Amino acid sequence: MIEQRWKRWVFFYIPLTLFIIGTLFPFYWMFVTAIRPDHELYRSWRAANNAPFWTLQPTLAHFQDLLARTTFPRWLWNTFFIAVASTGISLFCGLLAGYALARLRFPMAGALGTSIFVTYLVPPTLLFIPLADIIREFHLGNTPWALILTYPTFLIPFCTWLLMGYFKTIPKELEECARIDGATRLGAMVRIIFPIAIPGILSAGIFAFTLSWNEFIYALIFLSSPERKTVPVGVVSELIRGDIYFWGQLMAGALLGSIPVALVYSFFVEYYVTGLTGSVKG
Amino acid sequence: MEVALPRPRAAREPFLTRSLDNERLLAAILLAPAVLILAVFIAYPFVMGVWLSLSSTSVGNPGEFVGLKNFLKAWDDSIFRTAFGNTFFYTFWATVFKLSLGMWVALLLNRHFRGKRLVRAAMLLPFIIPTVLSTFAWRWMFDPTFSVLNWTLYKAGLIATKLPFLSDSTWAMWCAISINTWRGMPFFAITLLAGLQTINPDLHEAASLDGANAWRRFWHVTWPLLKPVTLVVVVFSVIQTFSDFQLIYVLTGGGPANSTHLVATYAYQIGVGAGLLGEGAAISLFMLPVLFFVVWMQLRYLRRLEGA
Repeated sequence: MIEQRWKRWVFFYIPLTLFIIGTLFPFYWMFVTAIRPDHELYRSWRAANNAPFWTLQPTLAHFQDLLARTTFPRWLWNTFFIAVASTGISLFCGLLAGYALARLRFPMAGALGTSIFVTYLVPPTLLFIPLADIIREFHLGNTPWALILTYPTFLIPFCTWLLMGYFKTIPKELEECARIDGATRLGAMVRIIFPIAIPGILSAGIFAFTLSWNEFIYALIFLSSPERKTVPVGVVSELIRGDIYFWGQLMAGALLGSIPVALVYSFFVEYYVTGLTGSVKG
Repeated sequence: MEVALPRPRAAREPFLTRSLDNERLLAAILLAPAVLILAVFIAYPFVMGVWLSLSSTSVGNPGEFVGLKNFLKAWDDSIFRTAFGNTFFYTFWATVFKLSLGMWVALLLNRHFRGKRLVRAAMLLPFIIPTVLSTFAWRWMFDPTFSVLNWTLYKAGLIATKLPFLSDSTWAMWCAISINTWRGMPFFAITLLAGLQTINPDLHEAASLDGANAWRRFWHVTWPLLKPVTLVVVVFSVIQTFSDFQLIYVLTGGGPANSTHLVATYAYQIGVGAGLLGEGAAISLFMLPVLFFVVWMQLRYLRRLEGA
């Protein structure tokens, strides 16, 4: 019994605690830096410090500076709007395409499924240069539409894939019953199948939302005016001047920019996990 | 009492509703939006990217066809070669760490303990928070003058001088690998955990009755059953890591002295920074053979699973 307890500590509690600390420390440090006054922040690494992992004079000055210096609330709104719109478009396309691939028989179904899967694996960094040209051609540069229309390139394949898997788990009989009762195929799809698929739709939506919130390279290249930017790009381009990093404001911005997505995530953890694990299922 | 019988509807239905019952037509309509967006914003840019890479186009200059010149030029460029090598190095080590640590965490979380859901939710945070923002936190922790890590190690008596986290190229590369591991490990842990939960506990019980110790149980029972999901997770992670951009862009910007560039960050520097669209497109296309190979492996594997 004593040996058992010893083993449990060494093989379970201690490693798990270390993993948790390692995972969360950067966020804690973000928070402490954001509320630490500048004179404490920029002190030599060898200086005596009474409270290295905490601050004795917490301040909101960095948050105030952030709001005064930049259009941070605008960035938040832009990021939110773009994430919601591109998630909406992707869910719409993914629902229809996923249903067709899971349920309908038509020529080339296999080939189409495979090519959507392949586009799923095309990383944004492969295509950003020609895509920037196309955005310019379409006169979409520096508008939110540049992102709302390009984010679906990595969200649609994912949503289609996830929802296709979900539709396959719904018994065909449900639909057949509805059709015997006189519903059209489209009616059965919209009124019978889609409501059953709501958990799948939520999972795909939450996951897609976090992916769009996270996106960086397209936003970096397609947007140029400060008030149009998303949070990650705004933080990078407006809070660094040459070699000077405004660390307090940077961390305040990072914290505020993470909160919305962390909140969405915390309300829907289970759906998110389903989306995450579903995203890799073959 | 009258019974409302379903009336024959087909005759009264409008043409549109009836033709939507045709499977092929309905499939075409349902797939159209997705295919349209993917064709315009993936297939078209891809073709255009190939064309750009074969031309001398730069910002404000339409350019002309130059054959493989851009590819040859990149291959002769020592910075590109470093970036190309870095990309493999970065992908390999980050994947090894993410897989082994992720597996460890998955095994830890597969037990029953109080607060398990909370711990699992907390472990996923690095994966949720935008990479750019969390990389800034790391960059601040690796700051040459104010690093909290240096401070801690110094106070603990483990080091006498500062560690050159981001100022030395080897150190900087390993820092990037650690951050990538920190961020990507939860993805491995949670998907592997989902895989672990599908394994019937009876198998473990049977194995331990046969006298197998924990390690042998893992190696002979858990691992073979976990291999399919592991392979898929590794493929996804390899693709994302190989094409990574934001982490390096924020952490080192490719420095010091262009020694930590990845293919994607260097393509950005040439294509967007210097405006040489043709050369930039060629550089990013160097990723294609590797991505193609990984995707091909994945498809072959999926086929084999379906065939079996």
